[in-house]
Amino acid sequence: MADRTLPIDGSLDLTPPREEHESTILETLHAWVITVDHKKLGLMYMMMAIFFLLVAGGEVLCIRIQLALPNNHFLSPQVFNRLFTMHGTTMVFLVGIPLVFAFANYIVPLQVGARDMAFPRLNAFSFWMTLFGGIFLYYSFLGGGGLYGVGNAPDVTWWAYAPLTSRAFSPGNATDYWALALIVTGFGTLGGAVNVIATAISMRCKGMTLMRMPLLVWLMLVDSALLLVTITPLTAAQIMLVIDRYLGAHFFDTQAGGSAVVWMHFFWIFGHPEVYVLVFPAFAIASEVIPVFSRKAIFGYPAMVAASVGIAFVSLGVWAHHMFTVGMTSAGNAFFVLSTMLVGIPTGIKIFNWLATMWGGKIRFHVPMLFCTAFLFQFLAAGLTGIMLSVAPLDWQLHGSYFVIAHFHYILVGAIVFNTFAGIYYWFPKATGRMMSETLGKWHFWLFLIGFHLTFDTMHFVGFEGMPRWIYTYPADRGWANLNLLISLGGLIQGIAVLIFAYNLISSLLNGKIAGNDPWDAWTLEWSTASPPPDYNFSTDPVVHSRRPLWDLKHPEDPDWKYE
Amino acid sequence: MKLPEWLRIGRIAGLVFSLAMFLSCFAFAEGPQSTTSIFEPTSTPAAEIHHLSLFVFEITGAIFVVVAGLLIYVIIRFRAGNAEDDREPAQIYGSNQVELAWTVIPVLIVVVLFLTTARMIFAIQDAPMPQSALEVTVIGHQFWWEYRYPKQGLVDQAFVAANELHVPLSNAKQPRPTYLKLLSADADHSFWVPQLAGKIDLIPNHPNEMWIDPLHTGLYVGQCAQFCGVQHANMLLRVYVDTPEQYTAWVDNQARPGVQDPAVAEGRRVFETEACMNCHAVRGTAATGRFGPDLTHLMSRETLASGEIPNTRDNLRQWIKNPDSFKPGALMPAMQLSDSQLDQVTTYLETLK
Repeated sequence: MADRTLPIDGSLDLTPPREEHESTILETLHAWVITVDHKKLGLMYMMMAIFFLLVAGGEVLCIRIQLALPNNHFLSPQVFNRLFTMHGTTMVFLVGIPLVFAFANYIVPLQVGARDMAFPRLNAFSFWMTLFGGIFLYYSFLGGGGLYGVGNAPDVTWWAYAPLTSRAFSPGNATDYWALALIVTGFGTLGGAVNVIATAISMRCKGMTLMRMPLLVWLMLVDSALLLVTITPLTAAQIMLVIDRYLGAHFFDTQAGGSAVVWMHFFWIFGHPEVYVLVFPAFAIASEVIPVFSRKAIFGYPAMVAASVGIAFVSLGVWAHHMFTVGMTSAGNAFFVLSTMLVGIPTGIKIFNWLATMWGGKIRFHVPMLFCTAFLFQFLAAGLTGIMLSVAPLDWQLHGSYFVIAHFHYILVGAIVFNTFAGIYYWFPKATGRMMSETLGKWHFWLFLIGFHLTFDTMHFVGFEGMPRWIYTYPADRGWANLNLLISLGGLIQGIAVLIFAYNLISSLLNGKIAGNDPWDAWTLEWSTASPPPDYNFSTDPVVHSRRPLWDLKHPEDPDWKYE
Repeated sequence: MKLPEWLRIGRIAGLVFSLAMFLSCFAFAEGPQSTTSIFEPTSTPAAEIHHLSLFVFEITGAIFVVVAGLLIYVIIRFRAGNAEDDREPAQIYGSNQVELAWTVIPVLIVVVLFLTTARMIFAIQDAPMPQSALEVTVIGHQFWWEYRYPKQGLVDQAFVAANELHVPLSNAKQPRPTYLKLLSADADHSFWVPQLAGKIDLIPNHPNEMWIDPLHTGLYVGQCAQFCGVQHANMLLRVYVDTPEQYTAWVDNQARPGVQDPAVAEGRRVFETEACMNCHAVRGTAATGRFGPDLTHLMSRETLASGEIPNTRDNLRQWIKNPDSFKPGALMPAMQLSDSQLDQVTTYLETLK
């Protein structure tokens, strides 16, 4: 696509040429460590997420090798339990949340025409806290045994249900590292959330009213607000747990009259909105990529904003659908059935609006759009299996089975990871100035798609067949063996696809085609500045008149502001 | 006379088919197969859930077909051609009518789904317990199941069993459901036998209840469905649904104290002096431990180690020698018995029928 950027106040034409200066490795490293620049921090969040994605992906491949055959002895039960605990915790707190801030940090200031986040130093602090929490968690492999010579990494599942986390059942320090790591990353997350909210509220350029804000910024704003609300009970629960373990309190210590159920409520009032926290960036990326590659304005912008805010509100009232089997009253169960089903409505609105955006467009299936298209199918399917699970009696059967694993991986991988790839392919040219290889990208996409469906479609069926999660082995006579072999095979294919992606990332960084400022012929402000953007983003403050400032410039005869 | 090839093949196929039909009659006459599938229910709660699930699958399946169909149509119909046509498509910003339509339709679907679901929740969860019901207390342990039976019928003796739950057959005319009171001795567990009912958790300090009314005799399997520690995977469930006669006979036997055979006095002495009885009980003897499974009628069970291994002499001896060899992380310690002690105690346990 041709670079058709037209001059805009503050656009590249006013950007002075950058000083070329050879810096030593130490200087470069120093510059990254001390940086408060939102772009560098965004990239560091991204590198952290990709690093931990590879780590947690490796963990799950070990799990899949163990489960490929019945009565397998590849891993001991202890190691297996540690690996799935670390896999879950890592993916949620060290991949999912950093991904939120990777995209929010890099894109939000550029899209609102700001020079940086509202609080650059808080931004750096938040990143380093998050990374420190991650190191803390993984240090448990070395230090978790403590003086007891017992387990050396947490093995209590990422829900860490009481009373398994009490000293009686989890001696040693591994569970302490788990709790402290979540407290520390939690503070990083809160800092990041405050920053995104402040940036979206107060750093918008002239002319950008709230209803002209790109949907990505809206979603990141709502996402951060949701994080502020939900990280708090998680941190409170972790602090109570640490007090239980070290000061002998009895919040969750059932042997002394504490309550296991209270922990569940604390965890899921965080845990369920957390799923939406993780999926909002996927929505955000879809809302940017789908219009650009369909060559149409987003359909129903106000409805999309309303649906996002609606999802955030309703998601705060659905947590106990994770607890249908805990023995709540029938009225309590019915309430959470209803609230859970209600989430389906704004979610449906989103899918329909993306569909309507594509309708009548001229869809270009470049790699980002391929990932977003697959996302639409998978998110639809995940929503519908979610409806199945919201039917409490059916959940009594499926809860804690592989069906649930299939359902939430359809969201976490089928929606979030797919759109993360879409976002990386889409903004890589902006961040590096080079295009990613389209050929390797298509290999990556198709292999990942095949592996994904082989693994997670099959998991639904093995769930119907009654296979519970968290088991390190299973008897041969249960009839789960063939399906599990398929699941493991799919995992392997996904692993290969991710390696192709990693190779593409590095080789494109070194030798990719020069991108230009606006390779996708897009419409939001980040594409009006240089690739990569200078430290100050825009040399003068941009002024916008509509949701798509670059469309207005490219089509002065038919600008958006006439219709909005 | 030689038949043409196609006719012979046809006849063989016909024979095989009728044979298959004939055999399948037997298969069905015996009731459903023992499986962990949620789609082969043999008890009312599981059957009701199965019924509801089909309704839910129909609705969600229809939604999927419609929306995914539209998506496929859009992908094929609106993909950009190869010709470099620089013109942008018509820009459409939205439509309130359309937004309203695709809000109202899902709302209606939610209303229908919710009402159906709520009805089912109340029907299963709040079903009043009939007089004829048997009440068994289930206690989850790391990593085995304890079953406490009340005094019932003519048997004036409550008793404790482990790992293999026996319940009487129920039927539509004379329902004899079993109500399970669910408790936990340590961590959270979950009782899940898919053919009988959905799962309910066993949580310390939080008693729960569920019920089953199995309509076919046989063995039903399942396992703990809430992570409870290192051997969660081998905390298997076995539920035997007995005919009334079988069940009465089983209860009569369980209610008796342990067999006291003077021929195995050596083994019994080992059991009572080498700390076995700190954890295990044999009713009628000095052994009253409650930390491990009650062994009063160990030999009436088909399996050991919570359903993991068949109850044979070799397995039993090996289990006593080193439980970790079957179940790494099991809470029973290897007691470092000598070979002769192992033989003696195994022989003693083998008399506990």
